Amino acid sequence: MTAIASFLRSKVAAAGDDSQSPPLWGRCPAGQRGATSSAGLTLMAILAILLFLPLAALAAELPALTGRVVDNADLMSAAEEAGLTEKLAAFEGKSSDQIVVATIDSLDGEAIEPFANRLFRAWRLGQAGEDNGILVVVAKSDRKMRIEVGYGLEGTLTDLHSKLIIENTMVPAFRAGDFAAGISGAVDDIIMVLEGNAAELEARAERNQETGDEFPDLVVVLFVIVWGTLFFGGFAIAFLAPIFGKKLGPGRYRWLGMNVSFGGGSSGGGYSGGSSGGGWSSGSSGGGGFSGGGGSSGGGGSSGSW
Amino acid sequence: MLAQRLFSPSVFRSFRAVLVLAFVLPALSACGFNTIPTAEEQAKAAWSEVLNQYQRRADLIPNLVETVKGYAAHEREVLQSVVEARAKATQTTLSPEGLEDPEAFRAFQESQAGLTGALSRLLAVVENYPDLKANQNFLALQAQLEGTENRIAVARRDYIEAVRVYNTSLRTFPSLLWANFWFTDNEPFQNFTVAEDKIEVPTVDFGTQQGG
Repeated sequence: MTAIASFLRSKVAAAGDDSQSPPLWGRCPAGQRGATSSAGLTLMAILAILLFLPLAALAAELPALTGRVVDNADLMSAAEEAGLTEKLAAFEGKSSDQIVVATIDSLDGEAIEPFANRLFRAWRLGQAGEDNGILVVVAKSDRKMRIEVGYGLEGTLTDLHSKLIIENTMVPAFRAGDFAAGISGAVDDIIMVLEGNAAELEARAERNQETGDEFPDLVVVLFVIVWGTLFFGGFAIAFLAPIFGKKLGPGRYRWLGMNVSFGGGSSGGGYSGGSSGGGWSSGSSGGGGFSGGGGSSGGGGSSGSW
Repeated sequence: MLAQRLFSPSVFRSFRAVLVLAFVLPALSACGFNTIPTAEEQAKAAWSEVLNQYQRRADLIPNLVETVKGYAAHEREVLQSVVEARAKATQTTLSPEGLEDPEAFRAFQESQAGLTGALSRLLAVVENYPDLKANQNFLALQAQLEGTENRIAVARRDYIEAVRVYNTSLRTFPSLLWANFWFTDNEPFQNFTVAEDKIEVPTVDFGTQQGG
């Protein structure tokens, strides 16, 4: 006990000595100044972060697209989720329309319309160029829902359709507490409306099938072959003739019946060969997980609350 | 032989010049020549979308007014103000070429805000008519109007972002150099300043209107 007290006392005395004796300042000038300025910088950084915090807090964080049903608010059981996912996948297989259901806990003060639009655009639902995606958003604690419709489906699933689906299917079920029934009923209704315009649906599915499986244009293939032969053939001759050809003189080679001669001393650029010619990037949608097709939305659809 | 001619010094040298040109020309675009025109066209396209959605709203209004008239004919004042605001909004047009003009932009913004205000007054008055609210036609119009207002909001947001990019490209290095030496006529575009619904707050009147 006394030992600790005396130790503390000696510490305090030492500290007092330190602060009172002026020569000590001179002993570590640069280090201390550096420390204070970096502390100031940290303070400024913290202040800056604090300044921007409210801005960041205003916009709810976007959930990740983990599948066709992103049930972050846990409104559905695993079995219901799996059934819904299967239904949505089957419908996309038939029509190429992407329908995704997202439930979240809270909007964090944001209105549901801008949130749904942001989420739709971040997830890029619907096929690129076709914009045939639909996003059903449910915000649990805000008691709000929205059906956001991509540009391409605005004519088929009109705002009025969305409104009626929300008011007549979702709201009653949600008020009764049966979220799964409300959501799957809404999805059924959406599919029904989209299928109602059968001719349009088939045409759309066909269009997207074509762009999916068809070979690249013959013209493109020909162009790439000709261009590749000219471009890489020149380099190939330049590089291969000295290796495989017969040397005729300084800078002159004979290979495959052709005489190849090089100009000045410098031998062509240092091109690392082995580039793979054409190589058009294949379309996305590789196997495995689900991802948006590159569609966008301009705020079509409707919202409601329960 | 072809290869011989191809690789004879003079041809090889001019071939190299062509190669250099082929690499330098795209590099010119990489150093920002295209930045300003691209951003400008994007902003103009975003503006066209704004106009498109405002036009859509203006097209819905005659139907809405007709429907409301059938149930609430004596709300003449409110109906009249909507019709007038619509007329004013459709007259005040602003083509993408006028986006640099602050006066024209302000006039456009005000006329559309006037229509927004008149519309929300009309929808507030409609709350007094249960028959009208149950009318299918009115419900359809209301859903469409809501959708249109939301599309306007999205289009405005896209325009604001596109103008931000364009105006930034005019004022920041390196595109600033192009702006000063080449695109000397380009002026920053005007942007929406206040949220439209904040300009004119609708007065909600709970059935105590006089002189109607």
